Amino acid sequence: MITSSVAELSRSLLARRLSSIELTGSLLDRIETANPTLNAFLTIDREGAMSQAKAADARIAAGTASPLTGIPLAHKDVIMTEGLRTTCGSRMLENFVAPYSAFVAERLARAGMVTVGKTNMDEFAMGSSNENSYFGPVRNPWNTTCVAGGSSGGSAAAVAARLVPAATGTDTGGSIRQPAALSGVCGLKPTYGVCSRYGLVALASSLDTPGVFGQTAEDCALLLNAMAGHDARDSTSLDRPAEDYARQLSENAGAKPLAGVRVGLPREYFGAGAEPDIVDAIETAIAGFRSLGATTVEVSLPNVDHSLPVYYVISPAEASSNLARFDGVRYGHRAAKYDDLTDMYKKTRAEGFGAEVKRRILIGTYVLSHGYYDAYYLKAQQVRRLIADDFRKAYQRCDVIVGPTSPTTAFCIGDNIDDPLKMYLNDIFTIASNLTGTPAISIPCGFDGKGLPIGLQIQGNAFAEAQILNVAHRYQQTTDWHRRVPAGFAP
Amino acid sequence: MALSVDDVQRAAHLARIEITAAEAFDVQNKLEGVFRLIERMRAVDTTGIVPMSHAQDVMLPLREDHMSESDPHKRDLYQRNAPAVEDGLYLVPKVIE
Repeated sequence: MITSSVAELSRSLLARRLSSIELTGSLLDRIETANPTLNAFLTIDREGAMSQAKAADARIAAGTASPLTGIPLAHKDVIMTEGLRTTCGSRMLENFVAPYSAFVAERLARAGMVTVGKTNMDEFAMGSSNENSYFGPVRNPWNTTCVAGGSSGGSAAAVAARLVPAATGTDTGGSIRQPAALSGVCGLKPTYGVCSRYGLVALASSLDTPGVFGQTAEDCALLLNAMAGHDARDSTSLDRPAEDYARQLSENAGAKPLAGVRVGLPREYFGAGAEPDIVDAIETAIAGFRSLGATTVEVSLPNVDHSLPVYYVISPAEASSNLARFDGVRYGHRAAKYDDLTDMYKKTRAEGFGAEVKRRILIGTYVLSHGYYDAYYLKAQQVRRLIADDFRKAYQRCDVIVGPTSPTTAFCIGDNIDDPLKMYLNDIFTIASNLTGTPAISIPCGFDGKGLPIGLQIQGNAFAEAQILNVAHRYQQTTDWHRRVPAGFAP
Repeated sequence: MALSVDDVQRAAHLARIEITAAEAFDVQNKLEGVFRLIERMRAVDTTGIVPMSHAQDVMLPLREDHMSESDPHKRDLYQRNAPAVEDGLYLVPKVIE
């Protein structure tokens, strides 16, 4: 039961072989035992979860359940959940109780999912190791001296340790896919605009994308079905007809289920950067796609190397504007001692924000300041267009693009914390999907020599979620990397 | 255009973040590598390229200008998170004598 996927648990719940009360109760016990080690959860809501589980069981008995009814879920602590503390991993919001729920949280609750708690994260979703959390780093279930990745490190670790079958996250530059890779789980970042950003504490508004963690691609599809949809409260939410993201998974496609699928291999992703064990695992996976019937084609993304600097202009610029709201007046921390209003702002923000958040606000303020806007922000937006054009051209020749999710496996806590550039390079393969607004998933595809999981990234064109999920699903039907459970957390 | 310690101090003032001289030096020092990459990006030829400000090329929706939030009790709910309120008002240090 503990290691079952959402789809498997759903079948047991609907057949009444298992109750949500029973399932939720045993997972809460696991969370309470494991959390002192992993630090994956910032808030555990036993009382709320058990009452939601009771309601879910009643709904199942009444025959009005959805495929997600009764399944326990954790939300990244950047996603507002009415009545529950929502800290964003920051001292600034240490005691902030969300007055309303995010669209995605509302949707998953309406489907009957049971929220067991809120997961740890890099402060305001800025980071790739979860070491920027005010509440301390998340530890990787595969090796607790290592990071779980970030910024959605708590959600990734919680799914990896089988504390919850699924969790939400947000991805602005790789914050779902990179921790999914480092923790050995699946992480899906949908197309920008498919899931509403309403009720997410904003980092970079033109890049932020809510998404999901699960054990399998199929589970990611099931959750996306519930999370996607138009929402007038987010002006960038797209009004499109609903689709079943799992529709391709159940088609009987024979021995060559990926026949006709063209897998693009960008030469820029295989040149330098990734560790040799990672390159080997990715190449083995590509051979696997070929044996499932896919063809491979080399593609070129000549401007993708500029993704990192483009991101580190655009994202901090937007963040510096979004985070201006934290001034100690309407919510959040306020300094205890100050001289006047300006001094209150300055001391409040100096105390409330951690070092990385301050650095990014300062980068953003600098690149947007008088005389620099054209040289930095406008220039970055132009290069962003060149990168998007590269992908548009590549997708004329292929259906999906495959490569490593992250250049390294999980590193030791403390190893990269003093060198922001080294930390930023973790997202070198993931950032482009955010700049182009296109979907991508990271799935487990092996282990390195140290026994740490390796992530494979499958990117697709805008609205190609069903296809990338299908490619991932077919791969998972012939491999068992996604079924492996960290030794310390096996039931 | 390398980032200087003065630039950091000026940005910190604009962003209303109190920063010590040592912190400003540390920020400048840690961001040097990032700004080197940014300078390389600035060398890309972008003549005639339309800036991309949004992931999808769609028109932002327009709606009638009418009030959508009408529940008066929400003020109390929202103000529960405020550091200082009185009679439904947010309290700040005196700005006008």
